[in-house]
Amino acid sequence: MNHSRRRFATIGGIALAAALALTACTASGDGTGATDGGTDGGELTPVKLQLQWLPQGQFAGYFAAVDQGYFEEEGLEVEIIPSGGDIVPQDALANGDVDYAIAWVPKVLGSIEAGANLTNIAQIFQRSGTLQVSWADSGIDSVADFEGKKIGSWGFGNEWEIFAAMAAEGLDSSTVQIITQDFNMNAFLQGDIDAAQAMTYNEYAQLLESVNPDTGELYQPDDFNVISYQDTVGAMLQDAIWADTERLESDEAYQETTVAFLKAVIKGWVYAADNPQEASDITIAEGSGWGPSHELWMVNETNKLIWPAPDGVGMIDEAAWNATVEGALSAVNEAGASPITEEPPATAWSNDYISQALEALEADGVDVTGEGFEPIDVELAEGGN
Amino acid sequence: MTGTADRVAPAEGGRVSRSAPGGLDTRRATRTTKQSSQIAAMVWGAVGIVVIALIWEAYKLLGPSDGVVIAGARVLPRTTDLAMPHVWDMVGRLAEPVTRSPSALPLWAVVGLAALTTLGIAAAGWLVGVIVGIGLALVMQRWRIAEWGLLPWIVISQTVPLIAFAPVVKSWGSRVEIGAFEWQDWMSVALIASYLAFFPIAIGALKGLQSPDRIHEELMQTYAAGYWPTLVKLRFPAAVPYLLPALRLGAANAVVGAVVAEVSTGLQGGIGRILIQFAGQASGDPAKAWGPIFGAIVLGLVAAGSVALLGVILKNYRRTEEAA
Repeated sequence: MNHSRRRFATIGGIALAAALALTACTASGDGTGATDGGTDGGELTPVKLQLQWLPQGQFAGYFAAVDQGYFEEEGLEVEIIPSGGDIVPQDALANGDVDYAIAWVPKVLGSIEAGANLTNIAQIFQRSGTLQVSWADSGIDSVADFEGKKIGSWGFGNEWEIFAAMAAEGLDSSTVQIITQDFNMNAFLQGDIDAAQAMTYNEYAQLLESVNPDTGELYQPDDFNVISYQDTVGAMLQDAIWADTERLESDEAYQETTVAFLKAVIKGWVYAADNPQEASDITIAEGSGWGPSHELWMVNETNKLIWPAPDGVGMIDEAAWNATVEGALSAVNEAGASPITEEPPATAWSNDYISQALEALEADGVDVTGEGFEPIDVELAEGGN
Repeated sequence: MTGTADRVAPAEGGRVSRSAPGGLDTRRATRTTKQSSQIAAMVWGAVGIVVIALIWEAYKLLGPSDGVVIAGARVLPRTTDLAMPHVWDMVGRLAEPVTRSPSALPLWAVVGLAALTTLGIAAAGWLVGVIVGIGLALVMQRWRIAEWGLLPWIVISQTVPLIAFAPVVKSWGSRVEIGAFEWQDWMSVALIASYLAFFPIAIGALKGLQSPDRIHEELMQTYAAGYWPTLVKLRFPAAVPYLLPALRLGAANAVVGAVVAEVSTGLQGGIGRILIQFAGQASGDPAKAWGPIFGAIVLGLVAAGSVALLGVILKNYRRTEEAA
């Protein structure tokens, strides 16, 4: 190898390094922004909303707000970004990839303790929708019966209500065997799990649309014992809208966008409460893969978690927030870990923006408390189809 | 890694059929044997599928309903309809609409469309992988110092777990905006696919480019041929038998990478997405969840088959074992 070749190699190496550095710069250089102003779509401000899972009835209100043009009325162009297996909504928000994110409170509390600077700006779900389902003859009637049993959970922060409820009963979490559930209820149906975690709006319906091999008909609600965490001390706040704390403090345009965004979201959920069938159809059109009866069930059960909302939809009830924090502090999993070890900062939640949004909507005559809310009856078909 | 010959014939080379020298009759006979051997291959392929279906049904019929458990570990699955639907149920389900919704397509069409989407993304990823892989191999072959410097990094690159890598790629992608060009979500998936695909291609191409005998290189030198003529006339032809299996590995990696990255980043429209979507419906509709699995299998076969086509085009360069 002669000199000129070697020099060539060196130059090549430097060029490569420089190219990599440049790519890194362009990649981190410009942030997404609600504040960039409307470059595309006329005067509309682009906003990105990160969901915590695939499109489904759980998020019907956001899809309805897009479909019904509520965001546009508020001057926003909202892009709803579904999540996948490895996209954590609060991480995407903290990284600045999106402007707002939907996530469960205890999971985000963990991220906040780990250094993320996020604020809960609207508590959409007023109640917990988590159940623990066991067979009717299993003898598991309450959390107190969990000790020594095989308890199912999805993990990834979905398990803290179990441990908070057990801690409140004074039970030792190291006595339970936590079995990780996958996307369906087969492990429970086949007896690998004694009590499986189920959301009222999804997995519980999966059970009721499965065929009981003994009868040849669908399973009935009285085949199961259902423990609702909402009735236990372990209940924690779930779907909330999170925003970037620093931008809320320093960026006036973001503050305005936040109020406008929340107004449209509330209108979307009002629409879903009044028109569950239409909201379900909208969600399916947005790429949700559930069958029509499952989707409608999901919208209807989600409505029950939101409505009625005595303080107005999205208002964070301080008592419920404190209960969630206490639950998260007291919960100890089977490996001895807790989601958080100290109280979250005061910036972790704020009713400032949701109250402005509610006031404006009430002035427009929108019913934001849903006192007269009546859920519909949904009949599940086999396989949810 | 010296320039001396590495005479181990790559696996791909063994399949080259040697046409017998001889008269017209022999040649015609060769052609008919070739045709009948192709038919035989198809028949045996079909027999293989039937045998697997028979084994499935036989085990379902005869196996214990709770499966076979040895020392607390289930070594054979349960035979219930939930765990192992009947073959005819799974096939029949493919023909039925995906949901009761009036606009629903049949399941096979949904799976097929998703598989095509994923195939396109995987192909884009594979192409990028080919360009990057061969480019790296060229650089490493040209400058020994580059090989020393790059090869360890190329190997290390494959140890980064996808679960950590996928969100980072998606996060970068969401910020890339150059003029009118805006990074699309599928590009993140294609990038991850290319990340898995370039590795075998880089390694295979390097090995192939280094494969010519010293004596051949010296012959080129006596012709006063420079780097480029040597590359085009000697190294590339010599690299083909190494490159083809590498390209096939790369194609398989690209498909796996695309499916996993779709699940990981939540991309809509591909086979990875409907895999988890229908897995969520497997309690109430067990046969449905198998649709995307069949789709993924066909997808892998098509990807590998496309590379085999490439082998046919390059067949003139696949005779090193004869030349050596």
